[in-house]
Amino acid sequence: MTSKLRLKIRGATDLASRLRVTGLVLTAALVVLPVGSRAQERGGLDPASLLEPLGESWPTYSGDYSGRRYSGLTQVTTDNVSRLTLAWTRQLDTGTPALEGANAPTFIGGEGTGEFPIGTQRIKGSLLQVDDLLYVTAPDHVWALDVRDGGERWHYFWKTRGGPHIGNRGAALWRDSLIFETVDNYLVSLDARTGEERWHTEIASFEEQYFSTMAPIVVGDHLLVGTGNDLDAPGFLQSFDPATGALRWKFYTVPMSPDDPGIDTWPTLDAARHGGGQVWVPGAYDPETNYYIFGTGNPTPGYTGIARLGDNLFTCTLIAVDVDTGEMAWYFQTSPHDTHDWDSAQTPILIDGVIDGVPRKLVSTAARNGYFFTLDRVTGEHIVTTRYGATSNWASHIRENGSPNPHPAKEAIIPGALVSPVEGGVANWQPPAFNPDTGLFYTQENNGFNLLYLTELDPRGSMGLGGKDRITVGSGGNALSAIDYRTGETVWRHAWPIGGGGGAGVLTTAGGLVFTGDGSGNFVAFDAADGELLWHTRIGNISNAPQTYLIDGRQHVLVASGQRLFAFVMY
Amino acid sequence: MRAFTCVEVILVVCVAAHLAAQAPQAGGGAPQADQDRSQRLYPALQRPPGDPELIARGQALYGINCRACHGLDLRGGDLGGPNLLRSQLVLRDRQGEEMLPVIRDGQSGADGSGMPPQPLSDADIRAVVEYIHDVLSTASRQGGPPAGDEVEIDILVGDAAAGQTYFAAKCASCHSPTGDLQGIGARIPGAQQLQNTWVRGGARNADRPPITVTVTQSSGERVVGQLERLNDFLIVLTEADGRHRSFSRHGDTPLVEVDDPMATHRELLPLYTDMDIHNVTAYLVTLQ
Repeated sequence: MTSKLRLKIRGATDLASRLRVTGLVLTAALVVLPVGSRAQERGGLDPASLLEPLGESWPTYSGDYSGRRYSGLTQVTTDNVSRLTLAWTRQLDTGTPALEGANAPTFIGGEGTGEFPIGTQRIKGSLLQVDDLLYVTAPDHVWALDVRDGGERWHYFWKTRGGPHIGNRGAALWRDSLIFETVDNYLVSLDARTGEERWHTEIASFEEQYFSTMAPIVVGDHLLVGTGNDLDAPGFLQSFDPATGALRWKFYTVPMSPDDPGIDTWPTLDAARHGGGQVWVPGAYDPETNYYIFGTGNPTPGYTGIARLGDNLFTCTLIAVDVDTGEMAWYFQTSPHDTHDWDSAQTPILIDGVIDGVPRKLVSTAARNGYFFTLDRVTGEHIVTTRYGATSNWASHIRENGSPNPHPAKEAIIPGALVSPVEGGVANWQPPAFNPDTGLFYTQENNGFNLLYLTELDPRGSMGLGGKDRITVGSGGNALSAIDYRTGETVWRHAWPIGGGGGAGVLTTAGGLVFTGDGSGNFVAFDAADGELLWHTRIGNISNAPQTYLIDGRQHVLVASGQRLFAFVMY
Repeated sequence: MRAFTCVEVILVVCVAAHLAAQAPQAGGGAPQADQDRSQRLYPALQRPPGDPELIARGQALYGINCRACHGLDLRGGDLGGPNLLRSQLVLRDRQGEEMLPVIRDGQSGADGSGMPPQPLSDADIRAVVEYIHDVLSTASRQGGPPAGDEVEIDILVGDAAAGQTYFAAKCASCHSPTGDLQGIGARIPGAQQLQNTWVRGGARNADRPPITVTVTQSSGERVVGQLERLNDFLIVLTEADGRHRSFSRHGDTPLVEVDDPMATHRELLPLYTDMDIHNVTAYLVTLQ
């Protein structure tokens, strides 16, 4: 492989490692910053190239800004997908690596001791593919792999201070910097060519129990960054300078002062300031309006809403912010006063469509609560609300403005409420897809049932996700659903056999295909138009969303199953 | 905002409810007390144990000076003081550098609320700070408060007679109060566990009757057995003599017929009202 080269790199960086260890972080930063500016001159990935529709590479979380995960590549089609074949596979060790010796990571950073048990994590994010490299993340890990055989070019490991190691959604590429979030709330910038760290900066308070999983999103010279928190803390989206890590703006998703919009949807300012609305899944970007459109997480305390009566804006809300100013342009709440931990953070999809014969600029989202929405993405005007979760039973009715209205009887109650979906929702972080050729929005649809009990009898309610017991008592069946964005009606629906469904995202292509996982260990391809199953291979349950790109003139399809990557190719 | 997980909580007999009347125990009671604290998730939980005497003194001082506003359990009190266990200022504090000035000098809140200065010496304030940190170190997972004493909550609200009527109409074709369910109210301790079990159709998968499948091949040959695995591409079963069989599936070929005794339970899930469930539970509890 590249052992000689790796040795050379490691030798050259011993000094930098020692500088960090001895606390001379500032000195190290001063040394490396000029490297960053030279790199800008040399180019790397031009942020303007991200404005192009998804084509031969995969340079940002959703492939392009639209969130469609629709590739224009057409070598793999409904006619030939049955001939898709394995190009290479690569196992990655996502646990704590040996920190010294031949198998040590190329570079090691971090503010922790290296002793916190991070466990073994599945690859649950988007990989980036640019030029001859793939960039792969897992919590505290980043790898650059050769795009042709998965061989390791470099490996960066972050020694964490702790935090819940539940997943990492990927990195961002800005010129020749690769930037990612750590569980313990650092934004880390690496030299994308070598993996050497350029800088790291804290993006949220670890003491206040924030933790970070999101893939940062580059828009011009803004790096959009979200975080998570399970304790009662305010959510926010931040913009950083991708060159230096300096903060440009910070947009809170809940009212933080008595004059902030939305304050009348909270009983007290204290409730609002502890009200959640975390931003932990990437959104979409509309260059015409300069709006970044994203969903926010659930209000907190999660299950006991008694101390936060009201709609709890802007939690569980689709929000458009101007990328240059960080100011909100419009919002639409997809789940008022949620009490089930069903955040609405799912990646929305920008659709240039036709409604009632009129061309419209639209945005659609399939929320965790089981409802599908289409809005005007310029104005936020509501167009469609439908229930796509077949058994979702928590809403009493649809309000005049299009928001589903929560039924108090379906909150956690002492004698137990039968609630669908379960805590994981009808959909979750797993990305959906939209194919402009079929006009269909593809999403997993999970229809579990919980018995949900209130265990916190204190009239002040609980904290965080406390105060409830829940047990899964069955399922109404899971499916892959294809939804008409104009009406919200499900056009075709593939019901997974007993026990299938769940944890895979979706990819769709101009070859007329939809790729996803079946939850029974198979990677599968459907005909995007009618849901006919065309191809499968049993490689284990898919843990991210499939991706596609062109290498040596051939279309590849890349997917992760646990700690293993699989690259398929059409010869 | 937790991401999807396949692991779901299974059965809980007694629930732990933290009541306002219960003060946290000083100097202990931490969950997973034998766990190395440095391996816990967050700084408030990773904090090494403090001096028990200092903590005890801080607890006493807290009771005198702080409790009326912030509550005996630190989660807010009758006089409107904020919940300290989720206070960003408290969480950020390491050695009193954030809390001490506020306790000593007071402060004004953004919404006009405020806290008066407390007549305590710096040494006493440090004891209170140590006590607050000690309580914080006992917090539950996912932002929950420290666990209180276990309290059994009575979930029974249903009408047993109405439950019996529902049972006769919807359940009696498969189940009998004098047959398979005889004494079920005594066999399963606690109404909540009983309710979870009957709605789910068994406490564990092993309790459930096996799913039978019949595979009819294009030749007309029929193979019957117990279902092992089923997806869109494969059916795996065990024949009565223990023989392992598997068949590739291509659409409707071979024909696969599934006889799942639990199908009725699943089909009922969208149809139950919560009142139906509570009534049937009240009825089943009477089957002693």
